[in-house]
Amino acid sequence: MPKWWTRYRRRIKLRAKRQYLLARAIRRRRVLTPVMDRTSGIAPDAILGFVVQRNEAVRLPWFLDYYRKLGVDHFLFVDNDSDDGSREFLTRQPDVSLWTTSASYKDARFGLDWLNWLLLRHGAGHWCLTVDPDEILVYPHSDVRPLRALTDWLDSSAIRSFPAMLLDMYPRGAVTDQPYSPGQNPLEIASWFDPANYMIRKNGEFGNLWIQGGPRARAFFADEPEKSPALNKIPLVRWSRHYAYVSSTHMLLPRSLNLVYDESGGERASGILLHTKFLSTFVEKSAEELDRGQHYADSREYRAYHAALQDQPDFWCPESARYEGWRQLEHLGLISRGNWA
Amino acid sequence: MTRAAHLSPVPPGPIPGPVRLGVVMLCHENLPLAARMARIWQQGGATVAIHVDASVPEADMAEMRRALEGCDGILFAPRRRCEWGHFSLVAATQDAAELLLASASDTTHVLTASGACLPLRPVHELAAYLARHPGRDFIESVNALDVGWAVGGLDMERFTLRFPFSFRRQRQLFDRYVKLQRRLKIKRKVPQGITPHLGSQWWCLTARTLAAILTDPRRAEFDRFFHRVWIPDESYFQTLARRHTLGIESRSLTLSKFDAQGKPYVFYDDHRDMLMQSGCFVARKIWPRAEGLYAAFPAQSRTEEPDSYLIDQLIDSAVARRNLGRPGLYMQSRFPRKDAENGKTAAPYTVLYGLAEAYPGLPDWLPGKVDADVHGHLFAEHEVEFSAGRRIGPGGLAGSPAVRDLDPQGFLTSLIRVTKRPQMFQFSPRDRQSLNWFMATDPNMRLLVITGAWAVPLLHSGMPFDDVRRAAAIFQRRELAFLEILDSVWVKADVHRWNLAQVGTDPKAPLAALLGADLPKDHPQVADLSGMRPFLDRLRNAGLRPRKLGDFRHPQRTARAPLLKDAS
Repeated sequence: MPKWWTRYRRRIKLRAKRQYLLARAIRRRRVLTPVMDRTSGIAPDAILGFVVQRNEAVRLPWFLDYYRKLGVDHFLFVDNDSDDGSREFLTRQPDVSLWTTSASYKDARFGLDWLNWLLLRHGAGHWCLTVDPDEILVYPHSDVRPLRALTDWLDSSAIRSFPAMLLDMYPRGAVTDQPYSPGQNPLEIASWFDPANYMIRKNGEFGNLWIQGGPRARAFFADEPEKSPALNKIPLVRWSRHYAYVSSTHMLLPRSLNLVYDESGGERASGILLHTKFLSTFVEKSAEELDRGQHYADSREYRAYHAALQDQPDFWCPESARYEGWRQLEHLGLISRGNWA
Repeated sequence: MTRAAHLSPVPPGPIPGPVRLGVVMLCHENLPLAARMARIWQQGGATVAIHVDASVPEADMAEMRRALEGCDGILFAPRRRCEWGHFSLVAATQDAAELLLASASDTTHVLTASGACLPLRPVHELAAYLARHPGRDFIESVNALDVGWAVGGLDMERFTLRFPFSFRRQRQLFDRYVKLQRRLKIKRKVPQGITPHLGSQWWCLTARTLAAILTDPRRAEFDRFFHRVWIPDESYFQTLARRHTLGIESRSLTLSKFDAQGKPYVFYDDHRDMLMQSGCFVARKIWPRAEGLYAAFPAQSRTEEPDSYLIDQLIDSAVARRNLGRPGLYMQSRFPRKDAENGKTAAPYTVLYGLAEAYPGLPDWLPGKVDADVHGHLFAEHEVEFSAGRRIGPGGLAGSPAVRDLDPQGFLTSLIRVTKRPQMFQFSPRDRQSLNWFMATDPNMRLLVITGAWAVPLLHSGMPFDDVRRAAAIFQRRELAFLEILDSVWVKADVHRWNLAQVGTDPKAPLAALLGADLPKDHPQVADLSGMRPFLDRLRNAGLRPRKLGDFRHPQRTARAPLLKDAS
């Protein structure tokens, strides 16, 4: 088969896939009921945050605070049938637009249809950050430069998507040892991570890198690592209405948005999402999620967690590193400044 | 006057006459900020001629006029529509400069700045500096024939080719047309009397030189020529100043650095101290929202002479990081293709192939003797043998073979990159062989090979002979495949080879090579090879020809013969 033909076929196939994803998103817009729509106040150059959440009342105060300080101008939340007061909390926030739905998270491709719809409707032309409530974005210079500095630089470099892989953070000792309280910086508890335990493969079809590893692969998936969760993410994108997330924020279409890495030896700029899933709230959460069975691949991940949680897992090992800041991550080679000096 | 009076200390450089600075300011966006910068220049005593791109909306323009209302010495030049890379930018500069020289006839120096240029030092310091260098034109001006000024772009061809297509909007046409002209060898003639020079468009000329350029009797001819030059704002004044100057200082007073993509570097609040120390007069580009910088500058400088060493270093390291990257790093934004790695691994490491089999006591003896982390068989099929029997390796590397085998190259490179000490591990045909090519082509690897060592554990295993024979066939096939790689021309590793028979006769050689020093007395002994000859005979009689083990009948004869010719 000539190369151009393979490429052409792939292009046609991926375009069909993208259109299918967008059609799904558009069709499912009706399940989203607006609770508080403040989108008319979004400035033309605003940086937007897109979040799907369910019963995250404990985490939300610190989460919103962190991203506001970073420079997210407006948050668009989808609330999936919460009953812990998080919906009411979000309604009270001046910079949050909120939709709610009781539809199935799983049927919406793990919330992605909802996100794709909101991104299509409100994200076009904006820098859009799509994160979970337990993900903390850190990028080079994030201690001194706001998100706007990064997006301006990306704009001037004609870069449309910015990668930030997931870095699983964990506490020292059992996950349940230190209770997390609202408003607290989760990194005070989950401050450890694996510095160099990551496997990278290239996904030829979508062009993205497939990164696995970290403490979850080490502790839960040692025997079948190919089933361990993906860690590669592209959460920050200058959105256009043709774009669609394919599988969580791991990959996007069109394919060119996934090409965030350099293949000829140089380093491109990249950040990280500190994943603070493993807090005291996790035990309760994993039991609930397992009951609902709404997660990826038959909630395989949650079943593994639940089994392991019975005997109080401790991810910490003498090789774990304590988080110190983005310079440490850059030194370890987890992120890079690229040429953003 | 006495002789002593001549030698009395004088201030650095004479100040012959007052300097009257004029600034030509080119703005195309963010007018409020430009107005703020214009005020800084104007309050410092400079006359400012502002050119605003005609594509800026009238309302913004009116706003700017209002903001600068009542300021003496602010002039607005006629507006033109400017396009990057075209003559319109030069024409705008000419207009503004003419206006400036006509309106403020006592101007002695003219500086070009953009609306995003921030004066780092007070205007009077700049004036004093210019006064100490009377008659000098500060304009970077590099002969276009001496290539290397532009980042990845055209040099002399900027002058000799034609560029009818927009670089930004019609990139493909632009590139193709350049290629076509090169192939057809079409060249424009450079007018007599000028030598093409390139340089930063941010310059500071004496009014005399600038006036000479603007009133040159051949200006119409030169303008016509430069109309078709690519990015003339980086060559027009740089070339013509050479024609009229009394003395050129070929450097820019404006700190303006370009990255690997030819895009100007942007400064942020965290660069404040560095900019403060540099002693540069003007900086660009400043991030428009870097309020900390706008508040801090202009500031008195402690150094007289501009010195951007620290900033140059910062930018050079960024360019190196973007173009070359850190060797041996594989991550989310650096995933080099095979052979484009610029360093496959981050540090030297040692692989001991077959040594653990030939010297059974070696793994226990070695750790104290070398300055390295000595692992066991890292790539063993059913185990990852980290040093000291650890379950989890350096950097949190999982001790699970399945995890390792998902990305063995990543496993090895991470291990080498995350550890501070050199790494050393055992290897044999018993292990996973997927990294053989990668390691053999890596200059960081030191490989000590004892061929045929796989036979030693089999000899002493006590397994049924059928099983031994089957295992021997597998190990030998793998070893021959590895040796084929080691005999190829692509090998970059530092390879030392012995065969088992050689080791039997001279047991110290591999160990001495490994330690690189005299062997201590307690060095490990070679395994008992006395049964090897009948063992090999038995294998041969069972249909498996042993190869690469050396000659156990005449050990002295064993030599490293080429693969295909080697019978034993």
